[in-house]
Amino acid sequence: MTSSPGLHFKTYCMLLIMVVFAPLGNVLLGKGMKNVGSVVSWSPSKLPHIVSLVLTSGYVWLGIASLLTFFIAYMLILSWADFSYVQPASSIALLVVALLGYFYLGERISALHWAGIVVICLGVFVVGNTPPRTTEKAEHA
Amino acid sequence: MREAVLLFLVVVSGTGGEICVTRAMKRVGEVTDFRPMALVRVILSAMKVPWMWIGISMMALAFFALLAVLSIENVSFVVPVTALNYAAGALGGKFFLGERVTLRRWAGVLIVCVGVTLVWLGKR
Repeated sequence: MTSSPGLHFKTYCMLLIMVVFAPLGNVLLGKGMKNVGSVVSWSPSKLPHIVSLVLTSGYVWLGIASLLTFFIAYMLILSWADFSYVQPASSIALLVVALLGYFYLGERISALHWAGIVVICLGVFVVGNTPPRTTEKAEHA
Repeated sequence: MREAVLLFLVVVSGTGGEICVTRAMKRVGEVTDFRPMALVRVILSAMKVPWMWIGISMMALAFFALLAVLSIENVSFVVPVTALNYAAGALGGKFFLGERVTLRRWAGVLIVCVGVTLVWLGKR
């Protein structure tokens, strides 16, 4: 990465899009699927009904659109930024999911649950901060 | 129990799919030309590698399993647990793709597993 201010601005915009839209997508999928109701029965006869409920849920489609937005931003940023630089952002995304679940969906999260989420974020951060390529030497400087 | 099976599918099938896609893309070769026509050629040649189709099928299965588990569990439980992808990814990268996984990455994976255990215990 060069250090031109324009590139930094572009990078931060993409990171912001990723950190907002990935959790938003998951939360919308969650909300949509909660409306569909528990998939209680896995009998093949019920499956078409469940599939039609899922496909007609606006939240599910909004969720898919959010995840696609995230995916495009992710692909774009990976064309100029290192994977190991981008990946720790997904640890922030995990925390955003929990916050959205808590404030927007009203999910109850116990203290132990919060502690687990923070530990997972820490773990993802440590995983992400490691060299992205080990199978052969990188050719570019 | 049912959610454990579904989460297992989300993690294992999702990561398995990514590993298959990685394998296919490594066969296609590094993408250096980003002009639209060249990208179309890359996509077409990727579609000729069977690993790509196995990978896409597994990722689709993982997505449907994610939808199913979201219908019975909270997002704030499901999404943190799917961070187990990093553990599956480290194992799969090592054993199926021959990548070297650094000690630091294993440490991160271990921390993720501890966190998932806490989330599981703290559920409800």
